[in-house]
Amino acid sequence: MADFIFWIIWAMIVASAGLVAFGNNLIHSVFALMGTFLGVAGIYIFLNADFLAVTQIVVYVGGILVLLVFGIMLTNKISTAQISQSSVQRGLGLLVVLSLLAIILTAVLPHDWVGSVLPMDFTDTVKGIGTLLFTDYLILFEIASVLLLGALIGAATLARKEL
Amino acid sequence: MDHLSSYLVLSAILFSLGLYTVVTRRNAVAILMGVELILNAANINFVAFSKFVTHNLDGHLISVFIIMLAAAEAAVALAIVLNLYNDRGHINVDEANALKQ
Repeated sequence: MADFIFWIIWAMIVASAGLVAFGNNLIHSVFALMGTFLGVAGIYIFLNADFLAVTQIVVYVGGILVLLVFGIMLTNKISTAQISQSSVQRGLGLLVVLSLLAIILTAVLPHDWVGSVLPMDFTDTVKGIGTLLFTDYLILFEIASVLLLGALIGAATLARKEL
Repeated sequence: MDHLSSYLVLSAILFSLGLYTVVTRRNAVAILMGVELILNAANINFVAFSKFVTHNLDGHLISVFIIMLAAAEAAVALAIVLNLYNDRGHINVDEANALKQ
């Protein structure tokens, strides 16, 4: 049963990401992106990453997706829900991306991954992440807080009418 | 679901679709969506290797920082996109080839 759900989520991620890449309507692409984000949250649950699954939903679906919708609404004249988008050099792009995918898959698939027979069972990753965040990753954590402050001030300054 | 390969293949496909979005789209917001797909693919790889190979929480920490960076990047990128729209009236990146016109 869990196997079945895993492959349903797997297919949902690929299908919705395909709609993001190949769809003609920008609004449809954004909603397909929501399907991708939720699917990736499901994949995190299969990988025993409970904290990351919740973070994925809160930050991506609740934050970044709303920002993207705002970006679309503010940069288009909304008269209908049909906001078409065009692509350039589809053939050449498809050729390059498919050959890159083939290279990655030939590197990944034949390899006998060490330890792949022994998946670890995490219990309560929140406590471990919190401990690591304030011990081994303390400098990174502090730099991240400065970066977020800088991004906040920078975005607010850039978005003003008169620079 | 109990094998690393299924996660790595999913991540490779997600990365390819994101890269295709970045290289072919003309709309700046659509390109940003492609970048988010690529970052999600990287996150899946980090967490999958964390569960199957290294057996510790380091991959989760890196993923948390990647999600944080993605949020900061989306905010700044959308501010730039809004400026581009105020300046030109469209956000087609293949026509935006000068800083100011």
